[in-house]
Amino acid sequence: MTMNMTSLLHIPTAFILAPLLLGIINRTKAFFAGRKGQPLLQAYYDIAKLLQKSAVYSRTTSWVFRAGPVASLAAVTTALLVVPVGGSAAPFHFSGDLIFLAYLLGVVRFFTVIAALDTGSPFEGMGASREVQFSVLAEPALLLSLAAMSLIGKIPAADSMLFQGFFASLSEIYARLTLAAWSHSGTVLLLAASAIMIVLLTENSRIPVDDPNTHLELTMIHEVMVLDHSGPDFAMILYAAALKLWIFCALLAGVLMPVRSGNFLLDTTTIIAGIFMIAIGIGVIESIMARLRLLRIPQLLSGAGVFALLAIVLVLKK
Amino acid sequence: MSESTASGRFSLSNGQSASISQTPVMGMASFQETVLHEVEDGARISAMFGQPVDGGNIRLWAILSQDRQSLLLPLCTETDADYPALTPHCTQAHGFEREIWEQWRIRPQGHPWLKPVRFHAPYRSESAGTSDAAAPEIGVMPFFKVEGEEVHEVAVGPVHAGIIEPGHFRFQCYGENVLHLEISLGYQHRGIERHLTSGPDPRTLHYMETLAGDTTIGHTTAYCQILEALSGTGISVRAQVLRGIALELERIANHTGDIGALAGDVGFLPTLSYCGRIRGDVLNMTAVICGNRFGRGLVRPGGAGHDLDTALRHELQQRLNAVEKDLSVAVNLLWKTSSVMARFEGAGAIRREDAEMLGLVGPVARACGLERDVRNDMPHGIFQFTQIPVSTCSSGDVMARAHVRWLEIQRSITFIREQLDSMPDETVTTPLSPLKPDHIAVSLVEGWRGEICHIALTDRQGRFAAYKIVDPSFHNWFALAYALRNQQISDFPLCNKSFNLSYCGHDL
Repeated sequence: MTMNMTSLLHIPTAFILAPLLLGIINRTKAFFAGRKGQPLLQAYYDIAKLLQKSAVYSRTTSWVFRAGPVASLAAVTTALLVVPVGGSAAPFHFSGDLIFLAYLLGVVRFFTVIAALDTGSPFEGMGASREVQFSVLAEPALLLSLAAMSLIGKIPAADSMLFQGFFASLSEIYARLTLAAWSHSGTVLLLAASAIMIVLLTENSRIPVDDPNTHLELTMIHEVMVLDHSGPDFAMILYAAALKLWIFCALLAGVLMPVRSGNFLLDTTTIIAGIFMIAIGIGVIESIMARLRLLRIPQLLSGAGVFALLAIVLVLKK
Repeated sequence: MSESTASGRFSLSNGQSASISQTPVMGMASFQETVLHEVEDGARISAMFGQPVDGGNIRLWAILSQDRQSLLLPLCTETDADYPALTPHCTQAHGFEREIWEQWRIRPQGHPWLKPVRFHAPYRSESAGTSDAAAPEIGVMPFFKVEGEEVHEVAVGPVHAGIIEPGHFRFQCYGENVLHLEISLGYQHRGIERHLTSGPDPRTLHYMETLAGDTTIGHTTAYCQILEALSGTGISVRAQVLRGIALELERIANHTGDIGALAGDVGFLPTLSYCGRIRGDVLNMTAVICGNRFGRGLVRPGGAGHDLDTALRHELQQRLNAVEKDLSVAVNLLWKTSSVMARFEGAGAIRREDAEMLGLVGPVARACGLERDVRNDMPHGIFQFTQIPVSTCSSGDVMARAHVRWLEIQRSITFIREQLDSMPDETVTTPLSPLKPDHIAVSLVEGWRGEICHIALTDRQGRFAAYKIVDPSFHNWFALAYALRNQQISDFPLCNKSFNLSYCGHDL
């Protein structure tokens, strides 16, 4: 495992800027709807307000319910440590850390789901069932697209090479995604980026998969699972969700912005600008299309899986 | 051709009154036979209710609408105990028979679904001699249950996440699939009909205006038509025009809000936001006329409470043009967005036969292809002189219900524009004469949700002996449960919004 001291700066950056993404998305949506929209910093105000409140716990819940938000936030924070911001490596990177990342995101989901089930509410049970069903399809799409990117520039002459490629660290994979990589493997990267985009929308409960604005408990996926949380617990959930969105935006921006100058400041700022642009993009998507019927979501996610698989096929064929 | 007229049966037209003695009390068997025969012949049950009469009996009234002949057929019979239920042979009677049983403890024998409607204490004891029964606890009833390893039950309400009225929904689900939905209402019951007997008094009008807040004009117009029919007052054409404009403004405002809400339920924000704003603009047009966005104080017995001068008419024309322009942009954006259409099409479809069987009314019925519109079938007031085309669709799904609303908005705008241009110079109020004693009057109005039916029976002093109100929601709530069968539970909010039924109008 390698540790990168300068990159530790990524962590406070994410901590400070992540809730801003929600503000950017909401302002973009407001623009399309002809409204002024909420303040850019609304998510910060919400979190600050919730932290000052006390939590209300249902008598039917146990320690599992209280542990959920803490464990989720802890897992997301840990995940941040292995996520590279474009070419600048993550604070920690080691071979196979992309599996580590996927599992940490799995831990977040596990604790959210188990806390939801602990309430015994039929809505939360339904939400949990949907969340788990969709993540089963989203997870392979993410792993396959990262795998496809890890193979770029490596000609799998022998099985050993292929093996090596798979076990590159996330930071190494992203460091190789230069302009040159785009010029010779543009299709592969585009397919992988599309798959990551779909997974991003799914994992962060955005339209067309979920609607973060709805109050209709029967249609919700993620929101319904956290209905019973309140006060600081809910603040942790909101914050963890913002950080998770940041992680996915960073993964996507790293592919889409092939700026690898070697200058830490320049590289990082470009990618952060890219992250904000992706937030605007999410806002645009949410403004111009409706939510999918729940039955259709597995098809969308399988589509993402197929994109990722196609990317692997293309990269291996080269 | 009307067999009933041929057989000498007495009928009324909308907004007309007649002496009660003209509708003879029939025997139970011939009452039932007539109802079933007429319904088979295409008539609808617009209302059924019980009225206590001397001697402890309950007089059962049925008001059948013969849309083709534009006639209303009042029928009555008397009973004091049980009678064979109509519902097994005529589904339309289902809600009415439950209501009569709940109010008067007249048991319809063989009724397949005899459960409380509003959970209030009966108006009289079960049978002579027994003590008064207490009110059942609200929402406590034997819900239909599906059992099985993977079947689960979801209970929603009466308190909801959004700012809406209270109602309880019980879903029997298999995974995401809804096998059955049962709706339990009554949380808004205020006992309005009971308060109206021995009226009218100064409070009556206010009860009518707030009976269902979003249908102020519709219900108040129905009530005023009753008073005018019972007193034999003819109102001026100018007042009729004003009422027509108000009714159509109410329709435009609510349909606009509904289309926006439908967009919101599938997460399509632009149309949601614009329609929300435009709905406000339309409500403000009503406020320009009478000072209240919902039209309180506008419709008054004998005419209208406010008049329009030339400047005001000009201003309304201007505002109407702006609304039409903005609304067509917002709504056409909806039709052009394929992801929205994918959600609307095929969701919560009701077949035409089922709509007919359930006796649906309003845009919900028209979306199934039924040409039912009081403004055309039983025209009263200004609609006797001007026809608004009936807007129908055939698919019976959310898409059809949204589309019918849009057609109606456009046709209402055209209607208002024409009426503003051609208002005759007249006074808008006509003094009412006293109500005729021992009369019955029936008044139908096509509110934005559908047929509003008011019926009044006067006593020997010319006061209300009974007053019956049927909000369109009363006919249509069951259709929502029906539309959800074999649908996805996640589509329920969308289907619910496409009906947008009234809780307070149902619960009264």
